[in-house]
Amino acid sequence: MAISRAEVERVALLARLDLDDAQLEALTPQLAEIVAYVDSLAAVDTAGVEPMAHAVELHNVLRADEVRPGLSHEAALANAPRKDSVGFKVPAVLDG
Amino acid sequence: MADLTPLSAAKQRSLLDTGEVTSVELTQAHLDRITAVDDRVGAFLKVTGERALAQAAAIDKRRAAGESLGPLAGLPVAVKDVLCDEGEIVTCASRMLEHFRAPYDATVIAKLKAADAVLIGRTNMDEFAMGGSTENSAFQPTHNPWDLARSPGGSSGGSAAAVAACEAPLAIGTDTGGSIRQPAALCGVVGMKPTYGRVSRYGLVAFASSLDQVGPFARTVEDVALLYDAIAGHCDRDSTSANLEAKPTAPVVNEPLKGLRVGVVPEHYAEGLDPEVKAAIDAGVERYRDLGAEIVEVHLPHAAHGIATYYVIAPSEASSNLARYDGVHYGHRTDETAMHAELAAERKAAAETGDKAAIKKIDTALVRLYRKSRTEGFGPEVQRRIMLGVYALSEGYADAYYVKALQVRRLIRQDYDQAFEKVDVILGPTTPAPAFKLGELTDDPLSMYLLDLYTVSANLAGLPAISVPCGMSKSGLPIGLQLMAPPLEEERLLRAARMHEDAFGTAPLATL
Amino acid sequence: MSDYQTIVGLEVHVQLATKSKLFCGCPNRFGADPNTQVCPVCLGLPGSLPVINAEAVRLAVMTGVALDCTIPAYTKWDRKQYFYPDLPKGYQTSQFDLPITEHGALAIACDEQEPRTIRITRAHLEEDAGKSLHDESGAGGDTVIDLNRAGTPLLEIVSEPDLRSAAEAKAYLTELKLILGPEYLGVSDCNMQEGSLRVDANVNLHIDDPKKLGKSIATPIVEIKNLNSFRAVERAIEYEAQRQWRDWQETGRRIGEAPKQTRGWDDNAGKTIPQREKEESADYRYFPCPDLAPVLNPGLEVERVRLAMPELPAALRLRLVTDHGLSAYDADVLVNQGREVVDYFLTVAAESGDAKLAANWVTQHVLRVMNADGKSLEEVGLPPERLAGMIAKLTAGDLPSPRSREVFELMIADDLDTDAAMAKLGIAAVDESELVAICRELLLANPRVVADVEAGKQQAVGALIGQAKKRNPNADPGRVREICLELIAKGV
Ligand SMILES: [Zn+2]
Repeated sequence: MAISRAEVERVALLARLDLDDAQLEALTPQLAEIVAYVDSLAAVDTAGVEPMAHAVELHNVLRADEVRPGLSHEAALANAPRKDSVGFKVPAVLDG
Repeated sequence: MADLTPLSAAKQRSLLDTGEVTSVELTQAHLDRITAVDDRVGAFLKVTGERALAQAAAIDKRRAAGESLGPLAGLPVAVKDVLCDEGEIVTCASRMLEHFRAPYDATVIAKLKAADAVLIGRTNMDEFAMGGSTENSAFQPTHNPWDLARSPGGSSGGSAAAVAACEAPLAIGTDTGGSIRQPAALCGVVGMKPTYGRVSRYGLVAFASSLDQVGPFARTVEDVALLYDAIAGHCDRDSTSANLEAKPTAPVVNEPLKGLRVGVVPEHYAEGLDPEVKAAIDAGVERYRDLGAEIVEVHLPHAAHGIATYYVIAPSEASSNLARYDGVHYGHRTDETAMHAELAAERKAAAETGDKAAIKKIDTALVRLYRKSRTEGFGPEVQRRIMLGVYALSEGYADAYYVKALQVRRLIRQDYDQAFEKVDVILGPTTPAPAFKLGELTDDPLSMYLLDLYTVSANLAGLPAISVPCGMSKSGLPIGLQLMAPPLEEERLLRAARMHEDAFGTAPLATL
Repeated sequence: MSDYQTIVGLEVHVQLATKSKLFCGCPNRFGADPNTQVCPVCLGLPGSLPVINAEAVRLAVMTGVALDCTIPAYTKWDRKQYFYPDLPKGYQTSQFDLPITEHGALAIACDEQEPRTIRITRAHLEEDAGKSLHDESGAGGDTVIDLNRAGTPLLEIVSEPDLRSAAEAKAYLTELKLILGPEYLGVSDCNMQEGSLRVDANVNLHIDDPKKLGKSIATPIVEIKNLNSFRAVERAIEYEAQRQWRDWQETGRRIGEAPKQTRGWDDNAGKTIPQREKEESADYRYFPCPDLAPVLNPGLEVERVRLAMPELPAALRLRLVTDHGLSAYDADVLVNQGREVVDYFLTVAAESGDAKLAANWVTQHVLRVMNADGKSLEEVGLPPERLAGMIAKLTAGDLPSPRSREVFELMIADDLDTDAAMAKLGIAAVDESELVAICRELLLANPRVVADVEAGKQQAVGALIGQAKKRNPNADPGRVREICLELIAKGV
């Protein structure tokens, strides 16, 4: 499946990347080449094969409902790029 | 005193035990070596010398007091800059996390500390472990100690180079598609990817969760066993951790395996395999034959699809795992004043044209904050893989790519299950060719991806695999031999690798 | 004019009453200072990994059993991916195609109609997001993020579009809350103010097709969010039905001709308003979470859960009606009060031997005291045995019924049993022969009354009742009347 520049732009928005024209120009053929390569999987007969999402297929890994100590307020916010005494600050979510 | 740094960890440990050397002396020797060579090698992103010397002094004190010490007591260990170490910066070689200070210890780091290891520094890597050359580091390239113009491989290139350059006897790396084994092969050291689930991933900054595994580097198989023993075991903070006791392998690693059946795979001799590598691998096969092993041909019919499968699954998971780097809670955030100004200018320009669709298309401040922060924080290879992953999981494509790849993954695993009914280990090349030149492949991502041909399958199938030196090219570059074993058979893998090492010897030391 | 039917499906998010969060050990508690109940896992820090809370799985299975759902043999976890500042990992760990429980049903009774069964599509586990604290000034200031709630276990219960009115939606929610809340299963505290029960409603209309008899036309589905009370749910559905009807008349737009719209309920304005449309269409890119193992046979526990499960409201109502002869109304009132009140009633009924009277006293008097004073049953301070004793005395005729209310109040006020309260009020049972003697005397002293009764004016006896009570304050007016009429009939 060929991947178009418009599609690359759509994917960039979904991925929350901000690619300029030069980046889009460079990336589109690279992605197209890689996608063309992985398209070879289409030729593999996988009828009735269960997808394998985990390398080791464990089940029922559960923990007891117990409270464990977490991080202090200061430690939780220590790496925040912008914060106040309450929490993490971002530009207004309800914008425009 | 003779130079301590070329000695194996086991030898260093025995000098510490007999009191001939103190941990402080040993640590200082390695710090001196780093000072002498690392401006050329570039293995370390950060040398934690002060802390290492303090740890070493504390261990010396406890040793003097007759206290019992951990299995790595006083031995310097270099750690790939991808594992959280409380209070330390963990960059993943990314601008995104340049200033991120981890508030907790990864389980592997906690185990190393409990084993009384001396954490000497944080090693360079491809950004977020994505790459096979360590050139994707946002901060510096790492050079191959055998030829400084060449790549050490990657993504754990810093750890492999540090061990090869005798800057540390032991190092920790991570392996998602070959990121321990490939640099081990290119740097002439031993590197093992344990079975998926053997070593806790808690605190390992994720690249592709179902493929990532932490593992050891050293210059000898015995040392690899020593470091592996210290980090393996069940962890209740990692749901994918194998709930089994990891029996120590170091005490038995020197015992040869009797009646060993070694599998060789015709599919491994694909086009593109360097003739020198092929010859070195053939010589490795003969060594096993000489040791009395039975050589059996086995087939892995889906091996050829490994790269395509891997380059769907790994980017898909990565695109999700890296969504958390959005500049909100930690990590790089774009300059907000400039961003608001940029948006205002776009709105003004669009308003002047009166194009309503264009006005509507302009990002909100929040969306623009995400997009700019992520684009500034991530390097090109990380962005490429995120794009690939988002594409492979997006509506209309997920079945053709992601789900299909998961199905092929099971076929690859089944190939191995069938092969291991006939053989105990599978032998082949680690890489198609020796180390390539820095910059040689940076503009050709697909060719770079194809170098993972022999390593990705072990990750897809969750198998343990090891790379050991097996020869040198005419131009003086190391060649690696890969052995794979069934899940949880690290002991078998290490003993088989040790047999080869006994016959071949360790790689010579690189001269720097 | 054609007619229409309102079609409603509800999505209910219930916060599960676990001690710790769904994937980490942070406390699952409301009201702490912002960003104080967090750890590397729920902050989404690099390298952190989730581990499933077994209790959340148990509570989900319990809910599934209570809602007549099947519990599939295999359930897994998926990542729902989108960017939002209160979602620190950039994805919500949820369940996409294989939920922990599905295909259930809930019977509701509404407006005295026959009970109706509402099908439940599925109920799946997921983690909650954090909270965005918006700038309320309207100046567009920064949003502040609190991640205390991030990772709290939620069960999302999705109904089929089987509800046909705002009243039915309310009845469905009331019954669901009763079952899941502290009164019965206790899987959640179902506190809407604290957000532990949240409701989104999907509403559209089926309009009779004027051109094709018996066929109907569906209007585009609207999802209503921000419903903060059951009252809001009712009002929003009513409003939305009328709005869609007007919209249909104006535009004639059918389902599929407009994308599914999301509207928010403005409680003050009493209307739904369209929420800002995103330029980008949602693509959540669901895929199985590689960090979490699937759960096999969560239903193995089902039998154990079933055995440990309290009797649910519907079964309890049925039992009260069939085994104890209560009216459906009384049974409903009792059951809706919760298990404690039902048990209280059952004790009173058993000890007193009169279930109907017991129901009357509990629903009318005990509940009145509870509601008036905002007291719990225990705080009312009337043990069921005491109330049963009083009822027994009433039915035996030992306590004159007109004075029973006084006795009841005094038993509560002074913490007395029936005998002590009656003694304090000077109430004693009146001997039948004494009462006959009093009546005979009064009739002899009042021949006019006798004459009136004989002339057919039975109510004339009333004049004697007050006099009888003067002679003996415990005289039962009804009995006095009966005895007088009997004596007159016999010729005094
Ligand atoms: Zn937490």
